[in-house]
Amino acid sequence: MIARHRTRAIAGLAFAALTAASSIVLAQPEDDPVAEYRAMMGDDNPAEFWVMRGEALWTTPRGPASVSLEQCDLGMGPGVVKGAYAHLPRYFADAGEVMDLETRLLHCMVTLQGIPREEALKQRFGDGARESDFEALAAFVAEESRGQMLDVPLDNPAMEKAYALGKEMFFYRAGTHDFSCATCHGQTGVRIRLQQLPNISEAEGARAAYSGWPAYRVSQGEVRTMQWRLQDCFRQQRLPQLEFGSEASIALTTYIAHNANGAVMDAPGMKR
Amino acid sequence: MNRAFTLAGLIGAAIMLPALASAGLAGTNDGAGAVLQQSFTAKGQAGMDRLDQDEVQRLCSRAPDGPALSEKEYAEIMASQEASVRYPADGQYLGDWRAGEKIAQNGKGFQSSDDPAQPSGGNCYACHQLARGEVSYGTIGPSLYLYGKLRGNDAETQRYTYAKIYNSNAFLPCSSMPRFGHKGILDEQQIKDVVALLLDPQSPVNAE
Repeated sequence: MIARHRTRAIAGLAFAALTAASSIVLAQPEDDPVAEYRAMMGDDNPAEFWVMRGEALWTTPRGPASVSLEQCDLGMGPGVVKGAYAHLPRYFADAGEVMDLETRLLHCMVTLQGIPREEALKQRFGDGARESDFEALAAFVAEESRGQMLDVPLDNPAMEKAYALGKEMFFYRAGTHDFSCATCHGQTGVRIRLQQLPNISEAEGARAAYSGWPAYRVSQGEVRTMQWRLQDCFRQQRLPQLEFGSEASIALTTYIAHNANGAVMDAPGMKR
Repeated sequence: MNRAFTLAGLIGAAIMLPALASAGLAGTNDGAGAVLQQSFTAKGQAGMDRLDQDEVQRLCSRAPDGPALSEKEYAEIMASQEASVRYPADGQYLGDWRAGEKIAQNGKGFQSSDDPAQPSGGNCYACHQLARGEVSYGTIGPSLYLYGKLRGNDAETQRYTYAKIYNSNAFLPCSSMPRFGHKGILDEQQIKDVVALLLDPQSPVNAE
C-alpha cells in the first residue's frame, strides 16, 4: 500500500513535470517533452514500483496450487529470469507455440499456479482503480534483462512463420482509413503532430521502439506492455480490438523484436 | 509469381472463407485470414468487417521488398478511384474555412473508443502543415502552408482539391492519405469546408 501511494505521488509529479515540459515544446516544436522529463527525473523511473511489485508477485505462492512463479520457464530454464526477456518471443516446445513475455506469464499462471485463464486475463491492463499483475510481472522480468543484447533468432519453423505473419500484418491495410502499421511506422524521420515515429521495418527504428518496452507511460501513470502498445495502435488504425496474447499479436511482436536484434535492452523505459 | 503477392491474395480469400483456412500457422501460410479472425474481436463501432480488404487495400499491402505495383495495376487503381468521386451536385466546392480548420484539428472518429454520434474529423494536422499558427503538425504528408496562394483558386483547382480529399488514390495509388469521401469519413459539406481551408484567400493557410 505504501508503495502504491508513493507510485501515485510520483505519477502526480510526472503530470506536473510533463505539463511544464509541454510549454517548452510550444516554443520549440522540435523538442521532445519526454526527453526533458527524463532529464529532470535523472535515473528515476516510476516503473521501479512496478518492478518491486512484480518481484513480489513472482516469489509469492498464489492461485489454487499455492505456488510461486519461481519455477516458471521463460525460455532459459525453470526459474531463470536474468536475461530471459532479451530472448523473447521464442518457441516453447512445452506449449507447441511461439510466445511473448505476457503470453508466457499467462501460461505459467495457468499451468503452475492453477489460476483459471479467464480470471488471469481479467486485469491484463491496469486501469487506475485496479492494478495489473501482467504489467508488474513484465516490468520485473524486463528489468532483469536491462543492458543485455536483444537476440531473437528465427531458429525454427514456428519462429519463421510467426515473423512472416507479423510482417504481413505490418503492411496489411484495412479499415475506414486504409491504415497499416507501416502507414506511420514504415518510413524514417517523419512524425504525427510533434510525435517522432520510429521506422519499425528497419533495425535502427525497431531497436529504438522495442528496447524500451514495457514502459512507464507518463500520460497514463501506468506501466504498459508491448501487448498494450499493439492493441492501442490497432485502435488508432480504426480496426477491431487486437486480443491479448492472440496469434497476430505475438507474430507482430516477433516481427518487431527480430528487426530490433542487437538492441541493448533498456526496459522498463519511460514513454510519453 | 512472387510468394508475398500470392499471400496477399490468399489473405483476401481466407477472410471470405475462414472455415476453409487451416488453423493457425501450421503447414501453410494460407491461414493468415483465419489468424486475423481469431486474433481480433469487434469493439464499439469497429466491427470485424473492418478487417476485410477492398481491392485497393489488397494491392497496397505489399511489403516494400515485394513486387511493386505493375503499370497496369497502377492505372487501374487510378481509374477506379477517380470513378468513385462524387462531386457536389450544386457545383460549389468552397465551404467555410473556419469549419474546415476545426475538421483539420479533430482526430476523432471511427476508432472503437469514439462516440459515433459525434462528428468525425479529418485530422489533417496529424500529417500536414497547414495554418502557420499551428506548430503541432506532422510530416507524413507534404506541407500545405500557402496551398491556395501558390496554386490559385480557380474552378479547376477547387475541383481537383475536392477530388483529392474525396479519394487520394485517384491521383496517387497507395497514398498514405485516407480516402475521406469514398470511405465516408467526411461528408460533402465537411470536404467543402476543408477545401475552403486550403483555398480561401481569407484562410490562415494562405496568410504569410
